[in-house]
Amino acid sequence: MLLKLPFQPDQASTIAEGVDRLYLFLTFITLFFTAIIFATIFYFAVKYRRRSDDERPPEIEGSLPLELAWTLIPTLLTVVIFVWASSLYFRNARPPRASSEIFVVGKQWMWHLQHPEGPREINELHVPVGVPIQLTMTSEDVIHDFFIPAFRIKKDALPGRYSSIWFEATKIGTYHFFCAQYCGAEHSGMIGWVYVMSPADYAQWLANNSSGETMEAAGRRLFNQVGCNGCHSESSSATGPSLKGLYGQSVRLADGRTVPANDDYLRGTILTPFKQRVAGYPAIMPTFQGQVNEEQILQLIAYLKSLGPEEGKVKQ
Amino acid sequence: MSATIAEVPIESRVHYLNADYGIRSWLLTTDHKRIALLYLASITFMFFIGGAAAVLIRLHLLEPQGALVQPETYNKLFTMHGVVMIFFFLIPAIPAVLGNFLVPLMIGARDLAFPRLNLLSWYVYVVGALFTLAALLTGGVDTGWTFYTPYSTTYSNSNVILVGLGAFITGFSSILTGLNFIVTIHKMRAPGLTWFRMPLFIWAIYATSIIFLLGTPVVAITLALLALERLLHVGIFDPKLGGDPLLFQHLFWFYSHPAVYIMILPALGVMSELISCFSRKRIFGYSFVGFSSMAIAALSFLVWGHHMFVTGQSVYAGLVFSALSFLVAIPSAIKVFNWTATLYKGSISYDAPMLYALGFIGLFTMGGLTGLFLASLATDVHLNGTYFIVAHFHYIMVGGTIMAYLGGLHFWWPKISGRLYPDGWARFAALIIFVGFNLTFFPQFMLGYLGMPRRYAVYPPEFQVLNVMSSAGASILGVGYLIPLIYFIWSLRYGPPAGPNPWKAKGLEWQTPSPPPTENFEEIPVVTEEAYAYAAEEKHGG
Repeated sequence: MLLKLPFQPDQASTIAEGVDRLYLFLTFITLFFTAIIFATIFYFAVKYRRRSDDERPPEIEGSLPLELAWTLIPTLLTVVIFVWASSLYFRNARPPRASSEIFVVGKQWMWHLQHPEGPREINELHVPVGVPIQLTMTSEDVIHDFFIPAFRIKKDALPGRYSSIWFEATKIGTYHFFCAQYCGAEHSGMIGWVYVMSPADYAQWLANNSSGETMEAAGRRLFNQVGCNGCHSESSSATGPSLKGLYGQSVRLADGRTVPANDDYLRGTILTPFKQRVAGYPAIMPTFQGQVNEEQILQLIAYLKSLGPEEGKVKQ
Repeated sequence: MSATIAEVPIESRVHYLNADYGIRSWLLTTDHKRIALLYLASITFMFFIGGAAAVLIRLHLLEPQGALVQPETYNKLFTMHGVVMIFFFLIPAIPAVLGNFLVPLMIGARDLAFPRLNLLSWYVYVVGALFTLAALLTGGVDTGWTFYTPYSTTYSNSNVILVGLGAFITGFSSILTGLNFIVTIHKMRAPGLTWFRMPLFIWAIYATSIIFLLGTPVVAITLALLALERLLHVGIFDPKLGGDPLLFQHLFWFYSHPAVYIMILPALGVMSELISCFSRKRIFGYSFVGFSSMAIAALSFLVWGHHMFVTGQSVYAGLVFSALSFLVAIPSAIKVFNWTATLYKGSISYDAPMLYALGFIGLFTMGGLTGLFLASLATDVHLNGTYFIVAHFHYIMVGGTIMAYLGGLHFWWPKISGRLYPDGWARFAALIIFVGFNLTFFPQFMLGYLGMPRRYAVYPPEFQVLNVMSSAGASILGVGYLIPLIYFIWSLRYGPPAGPNPWKAKGLEWQTPSPPPTENFEEIPVVTEEAYAYAAEEKHGG
C-alpha cells in the first residue's frame, strides 16, 4: 500500500509545473535549513555536553557580524522567494484574452455548472484539453471554494459577487475538484470530477447534452417570463432604460457615480435596484430577489451581453 | 546576590502553598502564585477536553467514509477542538500560568500591580469557559473556530451565540492580564533591574501583553457584530442583508493572526530561559533576541491578509500582505540562530526541560519554514484550505507553544511545587511527544500538497494511508501528554524536595526558597548584573 503512496498530485494544467517547481525549491530550502539547524544543535549538544556539575563555560556576548549574516542571508532569500512567487502568481492570475467561459454556482452542498452552449452539470465539469477556460463563480448561500488540485487552482465562490479563475488543462483525464472552504454539514460531500476531453470528444459531449437552449436563449425566455420586458423594452412607452448595448459600458447613476455595466453591476441591479438606480429614471424597479436564482441571473446576464455593446456612449 | 538559602524542609516552613488552607483561601486569593495554579488546573482541564475532541477526530478519519460519527457531529468536534484549544488553552497557557507565577518573581516584586484584578481575570476566564462548555453540552457549534460569515450568522443551526459569548468573555480575561503585566513590568522592577537586564521571558510577556491590549478588543467587537446580525438580522456580513462576507474575515484575522503570536511569543521567551540555563551561558545576542520579539509583535498586526489570498482580495493587496508575511520570517530566524549559537562552547545538560527546548527548536524551525510556502502567493493558492495549513499551524502551536509550555512547566515545577519529578520519566515523555508529534503532523503536509481539504468528515480513498499514519502518530502523542500529568501529580506528594535552585540557574526566581513564601522575597533583591550572568558567578567565587 505504501508503494502506491503518491507524493505529488497530477500535473494537469499549464500552471501546475511552475507551481511545483517553486514548491520543490521551498521544500529544498526547508530541508536545507532544518538539516543545518539539527546538525549544529546535535554537534554542539554532544561536543559541549556538561562534564562536571560545576563547569562554567566562557562568556560569549554575541557577534555583530554573525547577527548581520543571519539577518541578511534570510532576508535576501525571502526576497528571491517573494519575487519568484509573486510574479508566478501574477502570471497565473491573468486569464488569456480568448478564454471561453463556464459558470459555477456553489450552493449547500453541490456545485452547479453551466456552459454557455446550454449543458448544465452538477458536481461534474467537462472541458476540452488545451483551451483556456475561465470560470465565473458565485454562491447561492455561504462562502464556498472551488479547488482543482491537479490544476493547482483555487478561488472562493462568494455570495453576493462574482469571482473568477482560469485554467488550461494539459492532460486528458479525470481529476477531483473539492469545496475548500468549510460550508456546513455536507461540506466534504461537495466534491466532483473534472473530465478533460479531447476537443472532438468535447464537441460530441456538448452536442449530446445540449437541451437545445443556450444560456442566452434561456436568458431571453426569462427576460420575458419574469417581466423585465415590461419596462425595459424598445417601445416608446417603456418606463425603464433600454438595455440594448448596455453591457460593458459606463452607466451614470442617480447618486452621481459612474460605474461600469459589468456582471456584478447587472446582478446587483436585478437584486437591489434601489442601490444603483440609473440617473434620470424613477425608483420604481422592484427587487427580483427570491424570483430568480443565481443560475438564472447568469442566464439573464448572458442575454444582456448578447444585446451587444455600443462603443463610447455613456448611458443616461 | 548569590547568598545561599538555608535548606529548611518544605513542611516546616511557611510558604505560599501552606500559608492558608481551605477552598476559600484558594478561590479568594490574590497571590499571583496561587492564581497561576488556579489557571493551571483550569487550562489543563480544558486541554484534555480539547484533546478528547482531537482523539475522536483522528479516530473518525481512520476510514475514508468516516469511522465514527455523522458529518454534523464531526463538524462540531473540530470546532470544539479549535475553540477550546485556542481560546481556552493556547492563548492563556504560558501568560496566565507561567507568566502569572513568574513575572513578579523574575522582576523581584511581591505580586502583580493589581492582585485583585488578577483574580478577576481568572473568574472572567472561568465564566467564558463555562459558557463554552454549556454550548458543548447543549448541542455544540459547527462553524469552525473561525466563525466565517454568512455561515455563522445565517445558516448554522448551532449554538453560535453561546460559544461566541464564551470567547468574547474570555477575551476580557486576556485584556486584564495584559494590562496587569504591562503595569507591573513598568513600575515594579527591583532596584537595579534595568530594561536590558530583564530576562527575555519578561520581554516576551511584555510583547504579548501589548498584543492582548491592542488585538483582543477587535475580536470582541467582531463577535459582538456577529451576534447582532445573527439575532437581529442587522446586515453587516450577509450579502442577502446588504452586508459584506469578507469584512468579517478582515476583522477576525486582524485579531486572530496576532493571536498566533500571542501563543508563540511567550513560548519564545520560555525557550530563551531554558537554553541559557541548560547551557549555562548568556543568551547569544541578547538584544537581538529581545528586539525580535518586539518586531514580531509589531508585524503581527500587518499580515492578516495572508489568510485571504484566495478570497478574491485584490492581487495588489495580496502582494503587500505576502511581502509583510515574509518579513515575519526574519526575526523568527534570528531567534533560532541565536539559540543555536548559545549552545556553542556551553555546558550542555540533557535534563528534561532542555530536551523539550531542543525539540522546540526543531519543530519551530519546520513550522516556520513551511510558513514560507503559505506566504508565497503562487503556492498558497494551491495549499490554502488544505491539510498543509493544518500541519503548518500545528507545528507552530503544538510543536512550538506546547513544547515550550511543557518545557517551562518542567523547568519551574520545582519552584512551583517545591519538589522534583522523576527525571527519567520526564525525558522519556519528551521523546515520546516529539516522535508522536512528527508522526501525527508530518503526513498532513503531504496530504495537503496532494490536495486534501481540511475540515472534511469524509474523504476520497486515495488519502487513507496518510490519514492512518497521522492517526497512529496521534495515539503516541496522546500517551506522551498523559505521562507528565501522572508524574507531576505524583511528585506533589512523593517527589523529593527540590531546594531553592535545583538547576543552578540564574534569575531572581531561583534566589528565594521553593516553594516561595507568599511575599516572594524576604527582602526585595537588588540587581547588580545582567540576566544570565553564568560566567560572572565564577568570578565571584560562586
